[in-house]
Amino acid sequence: MDPRGFFELNTWYRGLYLTLDNVLPSWMSYFIAGFAVMFAIVNAMMLLATLYIWFERRALGRFQVRQGPNRWGPFGLLQPIADALKILGKEDIVPHGADRWVFNIAPIVMFFPVPMIVAVLPIAKNVAITDINVGLLFVVAITGFSTLAIFMAGWASGNRYALFGAARAVAMLISYEIPLIITLGSIALLSGSLAMGTIVATQNVPYLLVQPLAFVIFMMAISAEMNRSPFDIVEAESELIAGYHTEYSGMKFGMFMLAEFAAVIVASGLATTIFLQGWRWPFLPSAIWFLLKMGMFVFLFLWIRATIPRLRVDQILAFAWKFLLPLSVVSLFATALEVFFLREPDGSLTTNTLWIMSGINFGLAIVALVGWANVLGHRRYNPAPRIASMYRDGPLGSRPVEVQ
Amino acid sequence: MVDDYLRQYGLIMIYSGIAIMIPATMLILSFALRLVGVRPHKPSPVKSSLYECGVTPIGRQYLQFNFRYYIFGLLFVAFDVVVVFLYPWATQFSNLGGFALITIAVFMSILLLGWVYAWRKGALEWE
Repeated sequence: MDPRGFFELNTWYRGLYLTLDNVLPSWMSYFIAGFAVMFAIVNAMMLLATLYIWFERRALGRFQVRQGPNRWGPFGLLQPIADALKILGKEDIVPHGADRWVFNIAPIVMFFPVPMIVAVLPIAKNVAITDINVGLLFVVAITGFSTLAIFMAGWASGNRYALFGAARAVAMLISYEIPLIITLGSIALLSGSLAMGTIVATQNVPYLLVQPLAFVIFMMAISAEMNRSPFDIVEAESELIAGYHTEYSGMKFGMFMLAEFAAVIVASGLATTIFLQGWRWPFLPSAIWFLLKMGMFVFLFLWIRATIPRLRVDQILAFAWKFLLPLSVVSLFATALEVFFLREPDGSLTTNTLWIMSGINFGLAIVALVGWANVLGHRRYNPAPRIASMYRDGPLGSRPVEVQ
Repeated sequence: MVDDYLRQYGLIMIYSGIAIMIPATMLILSFALRLVGVRPHKPSPVKSSLYECGVTPIGRQYLQFNFRYYIFGLLFVAFDVVVVFLYPWATQFSNLGGFALITIAVFMSILLLGWVYAWRKGALEWE
């Protein structure tokens, strides 16, 4: 086997492959080298996720003017490990009447997409697990698994709260997938490829600057895909106890939690790759830049979570269909028109062109966001016909409650 | 070229094995701890009854839920088809002419017409 293509995907494969190739058949060294590097990357991601659990709890504490976990280890750093040990020691209860098989398999399906998305992210210069030519489509396809997993968990529990949570989750996740898909289409327009490596390579100006509107839509949609506040109606604990994982306990519950936290890390990596030039940027090693940018996005997600209160289910669905969908279409066709008129004769886009597009798109983003928000906000609100109710209006003779 | 292409998907296959292995290991670990006796396993009828805030559940477990979720599902199916046409067009657009732009504009306007219809019919409201 010619190993050059294999090395171009990921320079980390090289040493191990060449060492093993002396003694083993080449397909076996291909397998072992690939497996070892991937295993290392996945474990690094899990370690980051564990660290992020600590960071989120600690920083959320600061946001809410309290201490956060501070007992185990310096600054409470060992708290996630203590939690993991506790969760491992908890009894694992399968409720009576649950669909056992689906109930047990759902956490695995929930966890599966999180490491899978890392497969296409270029995490340093010439280092990616793989760089398939449909990377963006792969990401969109793989995120669909979490919808399936949530519905499996909610349905198999046989619990009403879980079922309600799952039904909401499916409605919300599929609604937010549409703006996400259309927005990523405008990225594909600029880079001319769906491969993540090419997206980073053609990104001479960060797409964050070239596509501000797409970035805003992406951040909202991906927050919803991860079920994070303000879009966490899926497990809205004040209404649904814990949503789809009400009946889960022990390690299975822990796996849902871990998948949710690791998803933040992965989504930040995705945002870095697509919108902030991935590993590129001078002076520091590329892997360090990637981690720094990822940390920035992680903090942004955390900040959003700490700041914005949860929305109602009808508000969330209306937000996806009435607000994000038209804006993503505007973003797509604005980009298409710009590419059509500003491209070079051979179809490429120069750095100067990208800066011009950046200027146009910033104006467009502000006009579109503010304008459409005003159009939607000023629509006449029709309250439902007023029906007298003892609960709302109080008993006869008492002061009626104003209904706006 | 073909070899390279297949090599990438081979890596995806190995990797998906890892992605399934890790959560499966966690479950197996949890099960092993139960066998060793570290983790308790004492099922009882009360413990394994459905959680409804302490009230005994009445009636069937699988009850009806709001049909409005289906409307969003239908809308999603209509819009999700867009990916099939949008992504190939988007990647090749800079080499294609204005005709491709008009084609996809017509396609999207048909979809958006449906979207406006759904909005006017009140499918996006929640009453």
